[in-house]
Amino acid sequence: MAALIEAEHLYRYYGKHCAVNDVSFTLTKGEVLGFLGPNGAGKTTTMQMLCGNLAPSEGRITINGFDLLDQPKSAKRYLGYLPDTPPLYKELTVQEFLHYCARLHGINKVSIADAINTAKERCGLCDVSNRLIANLSKGFQQRIGIAQAILHNPEVIILDEPTVGLDPIQIREIRALIRKLGRDHGVILSTHILGEVQESCSHVQIIHQGQLILNESVASLNAQMNTGTLQVTTRMQADTAILAAIPGVSAIETIGENRIVIHHSVSGGAVEQIIETIISAGWGLEELTPVLRSMEDIFITLTKGSE
Amino acid sequence: MNMISAIAWREFRTQFLSPLAWTVLAILQFILAFVFLSQVETFTMLQPQLAGIENAPGLTDIIVIPLFGNAGIILLLVTPLLTMRLVCEERRNFTLALLLSAPVSNVDIIVGKYLGSLGLLLIIVSLITLMPLSLLSGGTLDFGKLFANVLALVLLVSAFTAAGLYMSTIAGHPTVAAMGTFGLLLLLWILDWTTSMQDQSNKLFEYLSILKHFQNIQSGLINSSDISYFVLFIVGFILLSILSLDSDRLQK
Repeated sequence: MAALIEAEHLYRYYGKHCAVNDVSFTLTKGEVLGFLGPNGAGKTTTMQMLCGNLAPSEGRITINGFDLLDQPKSAKRYLGYLPDTPPLYKELTVQEFLHYCARLHGINKVSIADAINTAKERCGLCDVSNRLIANLSKGFQQRIGIAQAILHNPEVIILDEPTVGLDPIQIREIRALIRKLGRDHGVILSTHILGEVQESCSHVQIIHQGQLILNESVASLNAQMNTGTLQVTTRMQADTAILAAIPGVSAIETIGENRIVIHHSVSGGAVEQIIETIISAGWGLEELTPVLRSMEDIFITLTKGSE
Repeated sequence: MNMISAIAWREFRTQFLSPLAWTVLAILQFILAFVFLSQVETFTMLQPQLAGIENAPGLTDIIVIPLFGNAGIILLLVTPLLTMRLVCEERRNFTLALLLSAPVSNVDIIVGKYLGSLGLLLIIVSLITLMPLSLLSGGTLDFGKLFANVLALVLLVSAFTAAGLYMSTIAGHPTVAAMGTFGLLLLLWILDWTTSMQDQSNKLFEYLSILKHFQNIQSGLINSSDISYFVLFIVGFILLSILSLDSDRLQK
């Protein structure tokens, strides 16, 4: 399958400061690519370059086969972009604003109404379509921003921190929407929330100080995370020395009275043995919680490691 | 073309969504009506004396030329306020990204914005023109001269708008853009005050002065050199705006 986005060796300098340093990647249809990095890592700069808002200092970007610098108009036709601050004309109503966006993206007159209705439905904006954008809450404004990006049904959707400012229910809806969009579009999503990537993305890239330090599919990343963590509370003090001797247990931390955290490997039945040991020792097991190992650990390891 | 009209239409409509456009229309009309009526008054006072003079200035000379001349000065003050937000505000509100990531070129954006804000100024010019036309109910007008005055004012506001658009593209804040436009236009307006001094650069200053060209056309002498001055002025500033928007992507 042809790649929707091909970015080759992108560099971006601000004066002497190098914000993006040799970033290359591809995006194909059906992928949701999570762009992950701490603040100031170069996520927004990269996205701005992909959308033609910034020219890269070096490198090449092709969108659906069109070079972004040589044929910007053709390339941008396949692009929907939500910048980190939603670009809204606050003095317009939602309907007027979306109509303007539809015209800007060259949707032909006959299908404008349909396109707007679909976008409004997908983003839950039907009830507010005749209200002024200025009077709507931050969450609604964010949704209008998303509606604007998917309005013309673009092949590539680029969302810069799409769930900022939304309440938990809306976040869940938007994540579901992103997964749905990911089936027949290519989506790039930037965020510094790791759970978001785990939940809605198929691929993940971690960018740190302008460089890509990880580029993998979420599935293979999860498989790589071969260690688990258990939090155990017992009625009586547990003897950590006995537990540490179990094969597969890598480390034990005491985090409170009768409360310990056990790091273990997932394979080899270590969990089973830990539980059997605790019960047969009669320490009185009260709580056993598997701590979900998140990408956070990988993220921290990777970003710390490159420093 | 479609894109240009979409951008121009939004720009034009948005002006009427804030009180600014309405206020400008109302105040301008009020002040110019005052100027107009005082000129009519002057004319009725002068009429008996004018009857005795051969080849005396007519109704059009006494009323229309001062009216349009004053309109030019007032628009010099007003245009910077109308153009200051064109690009500057979009940049400050981060809405420029919407235009830059849409399949429109920078030429479309600049020309669209130019036409959109020119629309309001053309409405102002046509409202001003209605005043002398009302005299037709009791007299006759020199339509040639009236046309020359309308043309002069249209060219003048087109030039003002182009300069204002450029200032708005390079300025970081709307007030700075307004101040810059105002300063530039006022300087060009008063340049020919120096022509009374005997100096080498006289000819150049005289050519650069907007006022001179405006008055030439106003007097009914439609000269290709005056017209080309305005056309060059407008095209020059629009091109500069496009280049400045281009360099935005390459910034820093």
